Amino acid sequence: MIVFDRVAKRYPNGREALAGVSFRVDPGEMVFLTGKSGAGKSTVLKLIALLERPTRGTVLINGRNTSTLKARHIPAFRRHIGVVFQDHKLLADRPVYDNVALPLVVSDTPLREIDKRVRAALDQVGLLGKERMSPLELSVGEQQRVGIARAVVSKPPLLIADEPTGNLDPDLALEVMRLFKRFQEVGVTVVIATHDVHLVREFGQRAITIENGQVHGGTGADALPSLVATR
Amino acid sequence: MSVASYGARHVQAFLGALGRLARNPLASILTLLVVALALALPMSLKLFVTNARVATGDFTNAVDLSVYLKTDVALSKAEQLAASARARPGVADVTLIPADKALEEFRTYSGFGAALEVLEQNPLPHVLQVHPAPDASSTASVESLRRYFAAWPEVELVQIDSDWVMRFNAILDVLRTVLVIAAALLGMGVLAVVGNTIRLEILNRRAEIEVTKLVGGSNGFVRRPFLYTGMLYGLGGALLAWGIVAVTVVVLARPVATLASLYGSHYSLTGLGMEDAAILLAGGAVLGWLGAWISASRHLSSIEPRA
Repeated sequence: MIVFDRVAKRYPNGREALAGVSFRVDPGEMVFLTGKSGAGKSTVLKLIALLERPTRGTVLINGRNTSTLKARHIPAFRRHIGVVFQDHKLLADRPVYDNVALPLVVSDTPLREIDKRVRAALDQVGLLGKERMSPLELSVGEQQRVGIARAVVSKPPLLIADEPTGNLDPDLALEVMRLFKRFQEVGVTVVIATHDVHLVREFGQRAITIENGQVHGGTGADALPSLVATR
Repeated sequence: MSVASYGARHVQAFLGALGRLARNPLASILTLLVVALALALPMSLKLFVTNARVATGDFTNAVDLSVYLKTDVALSKAEQLAASARARPGVADVTLIPADKALEEFRTYSGFGAALEVLEQNPLPHVLQVHPAPDASSTASVESLRRYFAAWPEVELVQIDSDWVMRFNAILDVLRTVLVIAAALLGMGVLAVVGNTIRLEILNRRAEIEVTKLVGGSNGFVRRPFLYTGMLYGLGGALLAWGIVAVTVVVLARPVATLASLYGSHYSLTGLGMEDAAILLAGGAVLGWLGAWISASRHLSSIEPRA
């Protein structure tokens, strides 16, 4: 599902966020990206969602090389990835329903289908009945769940989350993580960046640790270079 | 994607654009006013040219010749000349205006009555007003008539009355060119005003655009509501311009009627016709759409989501 082959990323300001990172994530896997803040976790997620492109190396998402993807194909590419942010990035001037429906609206889904899917997504995160509320009327935990509903509403095969529990207390964090686990159980590939090692340990999933732009353990593919070369 | 859902998206984008205009009435009204003025100006000028043309339309067929006889030609001789002029082919009618009658009219209408008293003798000549036959009204035929009468020894001067009509038409042609230039410049003004308004709106909705692109919204999808907003500004401005021009016509109707009656005419001002209105509305909508498109193309691509 995801293959990083000796990926390096240097930002225009000269900061080198990643220095030759290699790992792979198989379809249907749930993987944690751990490491201190600033270690490069967010950069990995940005490279997956094509918010950034690698300076060197290859990123393959679902078999597609993100370096060679043309700009006009990026929107369609992003529709296959659900993204959850720490600050959830909800639009405060629109009700919960419209926020969740946005990924379906941009892909020109029929209205009837949108209605069905939005309700299903809100049901999955336990917010059915709050469609007409403003995100500002919801608690932080609920806002985060709206963000998750938006990420999964178009049923993407890949779900990525950047510190989704960063602003939540331990109980809420656990609840949100269980939600991600449920999506993994129905076949979605899930990648979660978090610095919360307790949560990672509790869930017992594979964890890819990134330190100083390098991977320290959990790459999941020892024979990786040859794997990329054969593609 | 079905046609129905495609249509529904556009209706949604249209209604959304309308809603945003309504939510921010002051800024919307200011933009609408500027667009309206920019459109009303060339439209008024066009109306002016059209009206001037219609008002003088009656005279374009005025190809009468004024044949001024020498002052020493006697009235009886003038009557003979009038008769022979009448016999000439291509002449429909000849009216003799005797010098005395001409002086009388001049005294009455010119306001120089008192000054004329000082004159010992009538300085005015007898005049033959020659009206060419309809089949001899072309410029060439009238010119040949002029040459024919000018050759008479008793004739001092032959004047073609339509000269001033031709000059006036030339002035109208100049005005029409001015109109085209003004319309082009003001059209660019509309592009700039709508473009700038759209630019501000894009900046205001930056967060929304970022999130939309993040969940896979294409540039086309993100641009759509702005194009509708621009089109609404253009269309609304054009409607307002229509109103401005209509009110102007109503306000001017009475003074123009008074002016026309002074010239003995029953001329009345022509307002915007259906065709003019259609051009105005379509032009406004297209300009607004284009302004928004230019602005959106420039500014939307620079907004990319950041995580």
